[in-house]
Amino acid sequence: MILDGKCPTGPIEKSWDKHRFDLKLVNPANKRKYNIIMVGTGLAGGAAAASLGELGYNVKAFCYQDSPRRAHSIAAQGGINAAKNYPSDGDSILRLMYDTIKGGDFRAREADVWRLSQVSNNIIDQCVAQGVPFARDYAGYLDNRSFGGAQVSRTFYSRGLTGQQLLLGAYSALSRQIKAGSVKMYTRREMLDLVVVDGVARGITVRNLVTGEIESHAADAVCLASGGYVNVFYLSTNAKGCSVTANWSAAKKGAFFANPCYTQIHPTCIPQAGEYQSKLTLMSESLRNDGRIWVPKKKEDCGKHPGEVAEADRDYYLERKYPSFGNLAPRDISSRSAKEACDDGRGVGPGGRGVYLDFEESIKRLSEDTIRERYGNLFEMYEKITDENGYKRPMRIYPAPHYAMGGLWVDYNLMSNIPGLFVLGEANFSVHGANRLGASALMQGLSDGYFVIPYTIGGYLVTVKPGSVKNDHPEFKKSVEDVKTRTNKFLNINGKKTVTEFHRELGKVMWNNVGMARSKESLTEALKVIPQIREDFWKNVKVGGSGTDLNQQLENAGRVADFLEFGELLTRDALHREESCGGHFRTEHQLPDGEAKRNDADFSYVGAWEFKGNDKEPELHKEPLKFETIHLAVRSYK
Amino acid sequence: MSDHKTMTLTLIVWRQKNASDPGKFETYTAKNITEHHSFLEMLDCVNEDLIHAGKEPIVFDHDCREGICGMCSQVINGAPHGGQDRTTVCQLHMRKFKDGDTIYIEPWRARAFPIIKDLIVDRAALDTIIQAGGYTSCHTGGVPDGNAILIPKPIAEEATDAAECIGCGACVAGCPNGAAMLFTGAKVSQLALLPQGRAEAVARVKNMTNAMIECGFGNCSNHYECMAACPKGVNVKFIARMNREFIKAQFA
Amino acid sequence: MQLTSSSIGRKILMAITGQSMVLFAVIHLLGNSSIFGWLNGGINAYAEHLHSLPLPFIIGFRLVMLAMVCVHIWFGIQLTIENRGGRPQQYAVKATQKTTFASENMIWTGALLGLFLVYHLLHFTFQTISPETAALKNLVPLHNEMVPNVLGMVVAGFKNFLVSFIYAGAMIALFLHLSHGIQSFFQTMGWSCDKTQPILVKFGTLVALVLFLGYVTIPLTIFAGILKG
Repeated sequence: MILDGKCPTGPIEKSWDKHRFDLKLVNPANKRKYNIIMVGTGLAGGAAAASLGELGYNVKAFCYQDSPRRAHSIAAQGGINAAKNYPSDGDSILRLMYDTIKGGDFRAREADVWRLSQVSNNIIDQCVAQGVPFARDYAGYLDNRSFGGAQVSRTFYSRGLTGQQLLLGAYSALSRQIKAGSVKMYTRREMLDLVVVDGVARGITVRNLVTGEIESHAADAVCLASGGYVNVFYLSTNAKGCSVTANWSAAKKGAFFANPCYTQIHPTCIPQAGEYQSKLTLMSESLRNDGRIWVPKKKEDCGKHPGEVAEADRDYYLERKYPSFGNLAPRDISSRSAKEACDDGRGVGPGGRGVYLDFEESIKRLSEDTIRERYGNLFEMYEKITDENGYKRPMRIYPAPHYAMGGLWVDYNLMSNIPGLFVLGEANFSVHGANRLGASALMQGLSDGYFVIPYTIGGYLVTVKPGSVKNDHPEFKKSVEDVKTRTNKFLNINGKKTVTEFHRELGKVMWNNVGMARSKESLTEALKVIPQIREDFWKNVKVGGSGTDLNQQLENAGRVADFLEFGELLTRDALHREESCGGHFRTEHQLPDGEAKRNDADFSYVGAWEFKGNDKEPELHKEPLKFETIHLAVRSYK
Repeated sequence: MSDHKTMTLTLIVWRQKNASDPGKFETYTAKNITEHHSFLEMLDCVNEDLIHAGKEPIVFDHDCREGICGMCSQVINGAPHGGQDRTTVCQLHMRKFKDGDTIYIEPWRARAFPIIKDLIVDRAALDTIIQAGGYTSCHTGGVPDGNAILIPKPIAEEATDAAECIGCGACVAGCPNGAAMLFTGAKVSQLALLPQGRAEAVARVKNMTNAMIECGFGNCSNHYECMAACPKGVNVKFIARMNREFIKAQFA
Repeated sequence: MQLTSSSIGRKILMAITGQSMVLFAVIHLLGNSSIFGWLNGGINAYAEHLHSLPLPFIIGFRLVMLAMVCVHIWFGIQLTIENRGGRPQQYAVKATQKTTFASENMIWTGALLGLFLVYHLLHFTFQTISPETAALKNLVPLHNEMVPNVLGMVVAGFKNFLVSFIYAGAMIALFLHLSHGIQSFFQTMGWSCDKTQPILVKFGTLVALVLFLGYVTIPLTIFAGILKG
């Protein structure tokens, strides 16, 4: 099937304004008759629930954490982009759009990216009004910093805590609506199934994580703002609870999963120290503003103390390969270069999996105090984890899975192919293409939540009669039964391996075969191994405790079971995409200098997969991408 | 990193089936722990052993494991988050312990935080306090340009100091009175410092401090134990500022 | 008014009443120190001076002080009971970092001071503890007038080891109570910030120490026979 993104036509500059005008409005008096379900309360979900509640809709918001304030958006450190052009350095909405499309290696929809760039400015204003303490200069004006993939200074920040501050802003707006009664908050609930009645999304089935009760919630529209899926790699920078479960349950009910192979590997993470490790910690990419990345030129220098490696024997590989962007080259390029250096045997630290991020020169130029002022909390974090002082000795960094550009397919209105199912933020696929630029995730989450869904959902709701399906419908009962059956299945296997052991096993396959560099061979092997692990899981997993109680093993079992299915889809997508673009790098498709070789003739489309059952191959649907404003070009950061 | 020698530790952990169960301490042994294990990874290892042995693992709240979500909440040897300066449990590493150590692990203990299971407590009361007024009542859209409100750097920085609070509740757990003054004071101060928050300052401080007591938190008696427990180093000056705001509000 | 019902309001009442009593204690000490002879006529002259103030003023002052004490005790007990309930179950290991013996035991040092206050009033104000040395009954000449012999009463009292011991003990309680109470006043009133707060803690302890030393010197020097009647 050829998918239609339903993007507005005409000049791009007018597209969003025109579309907003064309959308039908819900009568204010009718709004309270509509129920909307919001799954996830991060930047996208929190902002959307608050905004929709304020508009007058009845919102039910769900999160698996104990409070909506804990969503993993909170961990974003660096900043949020906006085309304000406060520094007058040549920024504009069009330039932000250009950078985002180019950064995403021409695999995103133009209209969506234009809209994102346009509303980016409103986001900053909104957050300031909420009391988000952005960094300011002494005169009181908003301060900016630079980020990877851009030559203008357009990133707004709040120390190394931007995600936290923005999330708490959204959380405060949400709290206001909870108090006002327009949003009802359900914490410690995990969505386990989407309920579709006659082809339309009508509600969800959730597990109360405290009592184990399986609950049905009906609504006129269901919004998923449930985040990304890179915990499929086991070790990632995501929170432990991040999963693909909500998205995957929707995919199994017919929602198309778009571009799952576009995963971002973040270049500046703290390297893994041992097998027992449960997660990887990211340090903001903003460190690359003042840190220089290098490895020794000679393999024999790798074991030495970095201070003993002479300047002439250091390879500042990003500065060497990408003179115009240097250490600020986009994430995919930086990550891959680090992997190449380590594959070349010049990596440092445990297992030779690390490169240096060196502040010596900046400290000399700016003083240690200036560096401390800019990145103090990151140096502190580094020292807590590694017991090394980053001011005295270069930090060791290594790439780690960080963000999912892929997600459920949505049209311009953020509605999936299932009517009534909307997908927001990282959970959808829409604006980042094959690679996301730094400080753009926060922008997208808030854009979708504050400024897109409040308009577009109305356009759908006017077409449905409020409250036409209640949660006593047979489909809800069937969904509850399905969830209970699966729960009992987990509890009754009583095998020999723990859920974590399976997750680690899957993660290793994904990281080695479907990680930073993929090949037909590695992917084919993964497609063979993943089903084997899955089969073993369903025979041999050990989940203790009961289903009617708080049971973290059971929660994890469900998440890992879904990763075991989804991982296969991700691999299949990577195998089918015979090109290299952004976060998807196929070793067969590279330019002579090792850069990604895109294949615009055959792959300039969104690949959206329809689930057909675990034993059947999924069906691929394509949405062709057209580039009318930004012209297709080879992405170069040299 | 197999060259590091490993530790064996004795854990004395609070186990409680549910809110109505009286609960008790149980003793476990953590083996093969290296100095690079985080505290939670050490517990993961213990749990894996328990699962293999067919026993119920210890449940504890955790999520981001990088010290920012505020989910992890354990009192270790009497100190919330283990007592290391500016560190959450998830960032506490085992290099702070010695081979053979005995470690007591308990949940946050406060009237306002009922225990759900083992080390997990219900912190909904903190959300209730924020819902009472921890926001500016701005609408989505229709707000002025970000630079229309000038906020000099020192003010922005001080507001950020207050806004660093991660809402973990360690201040309550550390306070002998189970008071939430540092948590509430941080939010009241952040918004009181910024011009955007001034408009509602009077109602905010009254409503939030009322909510604090309705939720069952104790009163402040200026021990400053909250500040010692806070993994983000939120200063008690924000309690003083809230008190000041409270007095001002009485005359408004 | 949230003053008598809210958490911070009641703390403010505690702070203001407490601090007023500290001010009283400072003035009281300055007056009492006349026993060392810096005022012509010593403590007897000071006492006579106080008694010559207009009666309504004296009664008013005493009523205000009584109200302060009552408010301080009432809310002190109320808040302490509430606070004990704030954490119904204690930790197995006690590892407080900032809490001091003084801050934890305000209710007990306060109770001791309350008991002492009653004893002190009976002893030197109502003079019913040892009526034979009561100043009001033993007049002595001063500047051509006969005035109550406060000096004699005080000296006679502190010659007794037990009496001196009670006074010295009470002053230890006073020191502890104020070493937490004074800095606490500034924090509760919001008159402190991160820079002043550690200084105020030291300042509070210093004032408490000065009061302790000042007050304890009187019974000590009398008992040791340095100060004679």
